[in-house]
Amino acid sequence: MSVVACPGCAAGPPAAAAAAGRLAAPVAPTHHLVLPRIHCAGCIRTVETTLTTVPGIRAARVNLTRRRAAITADPGADPGPWIRALAAAGVEAHEASEPGARLSGDLLPHLGVAGFAMMNVMLLSVAVWSGAADSTRDLLHWVSAAIALPATAFAAQPFFRNAWGALRVARLNMDVPISLAILLACGMSLFEVAFGGAHAWFDAALALTFFLLLGRVLDQRLRQAAKSAADDLAALEPSRVDRIEPAGRVSRPVAEIAIGDRLWLAAGGRVPVDATLLDGPVQIDRSFLTGESDPVTRHPGADLHAGEICLTGPITLRATAVGEDTTLRRISQLVATAEGARGRFRSLADRAAGIYTPMVHIVSALAFTGWLVATGDVRMALNVAIATLIITCPCALGLAVPAVAVAATSRLYRAGLLVKSDTALERLAGVGTVVFDKTGTLSQRTLLVPERASDAQRRVLRALADASSHPLCRRLAASLADTAPVALHGVCETAGQGVRAVWNGQPVSLGRDGPGAPDTVFVCGTRRFVLRSVETLLPDAAQAVAALHGMGLKTCMLTGDTAANAAEIAQSLGIGRVWAGVGPAQKVDLVTELRAGGETVLMVGDGLNDTAALAAAEASIAPGAALDASRNAADIVIVSGQLTKIAPAIAIARRARRRILQNFAIAASYNAIAIPVAVLGFATPLAAAIAMSTSSITVVMNALRGMRQ
Amino acid sequence: MNVLVVLIPCSLFLGLCALAAFVWTLRSKQYDDPEGDAARVLLDED
Repeated sequence: MSVVACPGCAAGPPAAAAAAGRLAAPVAPTHHLVLPRIHCAGCIRTVETTLTTVPGIRAARVNLTRRRAAITADPGADPGPWIRALAAAGVEAHEASEPGARLSGDLLPHLGVAGFAMMNVMLLSVAVWSGAADSTRDLLHWVSAAIALPATAFAAQPFFRNAWGALRVARLNMDVPISLAILLACGMSLFEVAFGGAHAWFDAALALTFFLLLGRVLDQRLRQAAKSAADDLAALEPSRVDRIEPAGRVSRPVAEIAIGDRLWLAAGGRVPVDATLLDGPVQIDRSFLTGESDPVTRHPGADLHAGEICLTGPITLRATAVGEDTTLRRISQLVATAEGARGRFRSLADRAAGIYTPMVHIVSALAFTGWLVATGDVRMALNVAIATLIITCPCALGLAVPAVAVAATSRLYRAGLLVKSDTALERLAGVGTVVFDKTGTLSQRTLLVPERASDAQRRVLRALADASSHPLCRRLAASLADTAPVALHGVCETAGQGVRAVWNGQPVSLGRDGPGAPDTVFVCGTRRFVLRSVETLLPDAAQAVAALHGMGLKTCMLTGDTAANAAEIAQSLGIGRVWAGVGPAQKVDLVTELRAGGETVLMVGDGLNDTAALAAAEASIAPGAALDASRNAADIVIVSGQLTKIAPAIAIARRARRRILQNFAIAASYNAIAIPVAVLGFATPLAAAIAMSTSSITVVMNALRGMRQ
Repeated sequence: MNVLVVLIPCSLFLGLCALAAFVWTLRSKQYDDPEGDAARVLLDED
């Protein structure tokens, strides 16, 4: 068996498991999993072979484009074991509540019909243009009509529907001139053909439909990608929880939990709903809620909030608020209000359409009345008006934005950034100031390994750090990655105290000196070390900030921490402006103040105390490890990799905006030539076909041109 | 111009064939997972 070359999957699936084969889903899938990090054929095989060997699963099929797996099993089966099996195979998976959006489903048949009809009619038109006359020309025209009329009747339906929807409430949108052009072109051509006229516009009507549909399909793909990114993030919330029932612990969807239910939570689990603690004491990591990295100790009877992480455990809880009433959801609603206050951003496409739509109508109406007054010939005037309408119709304009946006978004996606809003790219391109949150985003608190410790003592320290899920211990263990841990006996972790164990008959411990003492102490037999704790930069923070400075962006830092700590971090990063000791509300005020001062602000933050500021900023980015609420408030989420992705993301967004403006310029210059020609009555179907196709193709080519430079 | 009587139906027939092929690709869900299909080519069939 050949192993697919993919560095991310170097571990690869076991060859034996591969022999189990994969099954196509023969029946409707019952469960869906989100697989945010899969990216190659090796990943597909790992997931499918792992899932098909799990008992209870009848079929599993991976969709790499949407990073999802569809699974057929018994309805109501618990996906917990599947997710654990995938985790054991090295694949991150989350349960998705619904199948997810399909990629540009229902417009494709319309696009296909328009494309094939256009090519056939265009072929017939070539014969007319090259000089077919009299009965031959009429015959070719009639055949064109026979293809074009049913084809437009089907393919242009999306435009007709939208135009009718707008007209019914007495409004104009882009689809009104489009529908008008298509209908008039077909109607007038039919009339001309019936009376043996020289010009038929069937090919133009179809080309118009085809190019505009192409723009729509791209646009729809973009929106669906953004929507499915939002869905994927929603799947990261805890979707299941163990409820204590008379029969024992049963895994249930969070939505089924009612107030008063008793819940069981393992160490490291996230509290799913607001609840009262029934046993303990327990260490709770509230960093996402408060931005402070030090865990707090909670005793039985204390209130826990949804989103907090239980570090020691297991614990039992009683639910006190569920669904929309939880603290987390209430904060999300506050964020929604802040987003509303941000004001509606008018995208480049909207602004272009706002200028363009009335202009198309006015120019063709003027052409019609002008020719009517000058010649008194209604047929002639109508022909000129239709030619103008077709030529000015925003073919290239409809493609200018979506083609670029699709190219840029998919490039960001490959770089590990999820774009959640369809206007995020344009807003990101305009930022001039980057505001960072400190704790969690740029820096973290770590314990230093004592320098005087011997090799054996380091190995004991590593083993003790491994035994706890406290974030400080995790980082300590990571800094001792090269040291092999020793085997400990009788490991016991006490909330708020630390880890104790026995090694070679002597007691060892890592934890606080006493209740409430500030220092962390490592005891190994008779030796006793005080561990210094320092605030360290995240590994790539310096590089990320330097890259932003290199692009000419200003940087600021907002933090709830003390001024001394903040200044030290800011200085080592070269960040000029620092505001220390600010709460969530002040963060919003500062961001709003900066924007009022004429700066366009990009907010980068991960904590719940940042969410309102994220929503208030022009654009916002959240690291993937951030709390759900922050990820929901942010426009862009960094899924893989870290802060170093920010500078390239801004560069891509700027390039995309430049590309969009170039496309507008291309479309406008075609129109600058074509409109006078059409209004003066020189436009023939041949000229329209050439102008329309070349401008659309140039615009698409320009968009697909490589995004790196 | 008699040749048109043969050629036009011919070209129409070919066009319809292509359209039918396109409808078939839609029906058999070949646009659902373009990236996955590209990757699956690299896998050995068991």
